[in-house]
Amino acid sequence: MENQRTIAAVSTPQAPGGIGIVRISGSDARQVADLVFRSKSGKRIAELKGYRALFGAVYTGNGEKLDDVVALFFASPRSYTGEDVVELSCHGGLYVTKRLLQEVLAAGAVPAGPGEFTRRAFLNGKMDLTQAESVMQLIGASGEQAARAAEAASSGVLSRKIGRVRQALLGLSAHLAAWADFPEEEVPEVEEGELTGGLHKAEEELSDLLAGFDTGRAYREGLKTVIAGRPNAGKSTLMNLLSGCERSIVTEYAGTTRDVVEDTVLLGGVPLRLADTAGIRETEDPVESIGVAAAKERLKTAQLVLAVFDSSQELSSEDRELMDSLKGIPAVAVVNKTDLPAKLEDSVIRNNFRHVAYLSASSGEGLESLKKEVSEILDIEHFDPADGVLSTERQRQDANRALKAVKEALEALKLGLTYDAVTVCVEDAISALSSLIGERVSDEIIDQVFEEFCVGK
Amino acid sequence: MEYEAGNFDVAVVGAGHAGIEAGLAAARLGCSTAVFTINLDAVGNCPCNPSIGGTAKGHLVREIDALGGEMGKTADACMIQSRMLNLGKGPAVHSLRAQIDRNAYSRMMKHKLECCKNLELRQAEIVKLEKIEGKWLLTTRLGAVYQCGAVILATGTFLGGKIYVGDVSYESGPDGMFPSAYLPDSLEKLGISMRRFKTGTPARVRRSSIDFTSLEIQEGDNPVIPFSYETEEELTNKDICHVSWTNDRTKEVILKNIHRSPLYGGMIEGIGPRYCPSIEDKIMRFPDKPRHQLFIEPCGLDTEEMYLQGMSSSLPEDVQIAFYHTIQGLEHVQIMRNAYAIEYDCCDPLQLDSCLEFRDFSGLYGAGQFNGSSGYEEAAAQGLVAGINAARKLQGKSAVKLDRAGSYIGTLIDDLVTKGVSDPYRMMTSRSEYRLVLRQDNADERLTPTGYEIGLISEQRWQRFQQKQERKTAEAKRVKSTVLPPSEELNQILVSHETSPVTTGVRLSELLKRPQLSYQALKPVDRTRPDYPESVFENVEIELKYEGYIARQKADIEEMRRVERKKLPVDVDYQQIKGLRLEAAEKLSKVRPENIGQAGRISGVSPADISVLLIWLAANGMKEKKEGGV
Repeated sequence: MENQRTIAAVSTPQAPGGIGIVRISGSDARQVADLVFRSKSGKRIAELKGYRALFGAVYTGNGEKLDDVVALFFASPRSYTGEDVVELSCHGGLYVTKRLLQEVLAAGAVPAGPGEFTRRAFLNGKMDLTQAESVMQLIGASGEQAARAAEAASSGVLSRKIGRVRQALLGLSAHLAAWADFPEEEVPEVEEGELTGGLHKAEEELSDLLAGFDTGRAYREGLKTVIAGRPNAGKSTLMNLLSGCERSIVTEYAGTTRDVVEDTVLLGGVPLRLADTAGIRETEDPVESIGVAAAKERLKTAQLVLAVFDSSQELSSEDRELMDSLKGIPAVAVVNKTDLPAKLEDSVIRNNFRHVAYLSASSGEGLESLKKEVSEILDIEHFDPADGVLSTERQRQDANRALKAVKEALEALKLGLTYDAVTVCVEDAISALSSLIGERVSDEIIDQVFEEFCVGK
Repeated sequence: MEYEAGNFDVAVVGAGHAGIEAGLAAARLGCSTAVFTINLDAVGNCPCNPSIGGTAKGHLVREIDALGGEMGKTADACMIQSRMLNLGKGPAVHSLRAQIDRNAYSRMMKHKLECCKNLELRQAEIVKLEKIEGKWLLTTRLGAVYQCGAVILATGTFLGGKIYVGDVSYESGPDGMFPSAYLPDSLEKLGISMRRFKTGTPARVRRSSIDFTSLEIQEGDNPVIPFSYETEEELTNKDICHVSWTNDRTKEVILKNIHRSPLYGGMIEGIGPRYCPSIEDKIMRFPDKPRHQLFIEPCGLDTEEMYLQGMSSSLPEDVQIAFYHTIQGLEHVQIMRNAYAIEYDCCDPLQLDSCLEFRDFSGLYGAGQFNGSSGYEEAAAQGLVAGINAARKLQGKSAVKLDRAGSYIGTLIDDLVTKGVSDPYRMMTSRSEYRLVLRQDNADERLTPTGYEIGLISEQRWQRFQQKQERKTAEAKRVKSTVLPPSEELNQILVSHETSPVTTGVRLSELLKRPQLSYQALKPVDRTRPDYPESVFENVEIELKYEGYIARQKADIEEMRRVERKKLPVDVDYQQIKGLRLEAAEKLSKVRPENIGQAGRISGVSPADISVLLIWLAANGMKEKKEGGV
């Protein structure tokens, strides 16, 4: 079997379910999985024989735990694709599964192309000859579809946005090419300022686009929101208040069929998925409330936490513990019961949270301030869903590669390396952006050289 | 009256830069070889600029030399001024260019052909090419019929050549030689798809009629770096070049007479090279540019002819005289040869495979301008590859295919046979996606093993190459293991080169990685440095400084080679493959790629089409296995 790039994709349906599976296939599948997965027993996937499982957890690049995960290893050739395959099963949910995929990609896998698992399965002799043509037609059809989709998208906002960045980089690249290939002719010197300026601009635009990816996803899929707080802080009342809000009609997005049981509400323009609602209600039970550890785990997988504090009580140790556990998690402090005389020391809250809302969950007074804080935390004001948004993992990956290459180009400039090293990075960025919008680089740079510069003797 | 004139293994039509390398390679590899030229005094002629090399072209010359070709050695021997271009822009784009004595170059090349074993140099115009009973038959204008196993067409601008000067046009080869007027019909009859390109050249003027006093001087480098890895003697510059500029009056004269240009008047149908525009082209296309640069270059040491680089034109002679006289230094210049445009026939290179053999005509090869390229170096590179492969095919040996990742020669050929050409193709460093790996300093490392294996590199040179490689390895190891202690002397060097001083011991390799520092700068503190040639240090330093970038390109190369290993049969009926889009099937049928990697580079073939091809390949392989009863 030859050495192909290791690929990964979410292989369970893109819908909420009991479990979500990320499948990794290729000769480095185990090494990639080992970079993100740590087993309870301390054993590494690389040490496993085929068809064995390990229980453990997946950690993000920052070392934070993402979810409990079961890792299953299928040894080549006896796997779906015929290559080494690792499947990581997590607790369902689109967000966790996608985050898990992102971690796996960051660890070195590349996103699987349409039908690529099947293609590899076929190529490695896992399917018989009669299946060949149907697979080919399938891929052919998806290729057509992709081409049509790309065509449709090419007139889209995202495409124009990416196209502008790409065009700017092409301009730099053409200048560098003309300057290097026609040294004795009247090509203007490439100024460092021109390069750094252009690259910084591209860096900024790509960073914005990538930042918008998360916001865009929040828009389409809703934010997994956890309401936390000590017993009697007023979580249930807040829950009820929010449930009384406008029911969100979550935007139609491929595969994101909503679980009707899940309470999704629209607050300040943001769809909030009030997940684990039942769980939170249970914690109001004094017996259950000892399960602080379990509650904390829930917090870590949340995309937004509404931390409720009772303003009529002094800050308790539980409150402080909650504050500590929320470090690094997007959270809004909800200072509740503002209709009662205040005993809570407000400054402590303000020191711990950038976003604080004051409200009375029972009367509903102050809901506007909560809306405002939530939209601020998502930077919703600067986000226009009609604007170009990266929407798929593949697009994000391409944009990320382009951004990385632009940063490397800037780094090369900073180090004082020669421009040929810079050129190589700029061209890499262009090729990533071209693949994002489905265009070829081919000889565009050279064409532009001849269009823009009077070169040739 | 036709007569049988003899048999050869390989016949080369044309003795320009492509024909020379093709003929020498085939003969040196043991084939009886004939090289035909319309004019024996024009072997290795340089009908345009009197220089060899330049950006990316310098790389090609180094690569030709590394494989065992002749161009670099002869250019070194005939060099009159040499410069390494792009110093300071990075090692990927350093390129060597030399002004050469064009008459000396031509004479030396002719003599090399004359002295070459197995090679017969013959002045004759080939008028007919046919294949009869598996043999190629070439007929000369005088009726001699030669029978050959393989034919390499390296016809340059002679093929159907037609010269334009204003409203005057006539059939002609370059430099006033006869054109090859009959061969185009014969090729067309054979079924080769032909097209028409054009190119042009400036006037040659008399040295003593130029007023050099106010002109900027351009000197050569000191010391001179040779092209060839075999050149050992020290080379010295023997002449200088000058720079001048066009002005408003030049523009005025040209614009006033632009209607008399055959190009703008619509007489020329051939497509000219974009990178080699005539002066009227430059003025028309960039009307806001106040002036254009030109270089005045000597054509040789024993001639008074000077070449006006950048001033090619097809305007009428009287207009040429008028606009040259507007230029500073050329006010009273005497034209010795006028500028002209030349139109010629060439083939559509999509008909060729990566050995430069016509897929539909076994044993027929093309090289140089005939394949739609331009430039002496591009031609020589193709001639060498065609010559090697023609010989190997006749000897039943495997084809030598150079890929994009290993050389500019491979990039050139892949571009020609995969993408095709819409105007004469010139090599540029920006055409290579692997240019930090394909440097001019490591051409020997990349290609000499192949040259040796083929049999074009002598045993003696091979020993020297191996010694150099060993030294590189040893030196790379030494700098990584040598630790320099912090010292006043070292820190003084560091600070004076604007880089931070050290407080602890530091590896020599770490210091060399700093962009501000060079081997030269560290010499005083590097006390264990061995006495190696400069080229060894240069190579080690580049590979250290650009380590990360080179590693990244090497990873890309690995991926590229992986898909290149998936071969596609030549006789695939793409129309019958289910799932392939129509456009892709058409393009694939035209180019007939040799492997999946090449298929992916064809415009109009999408990643989904490639997936379909991969599966088809695998399914096909299975079927064959079954049918073969394995």
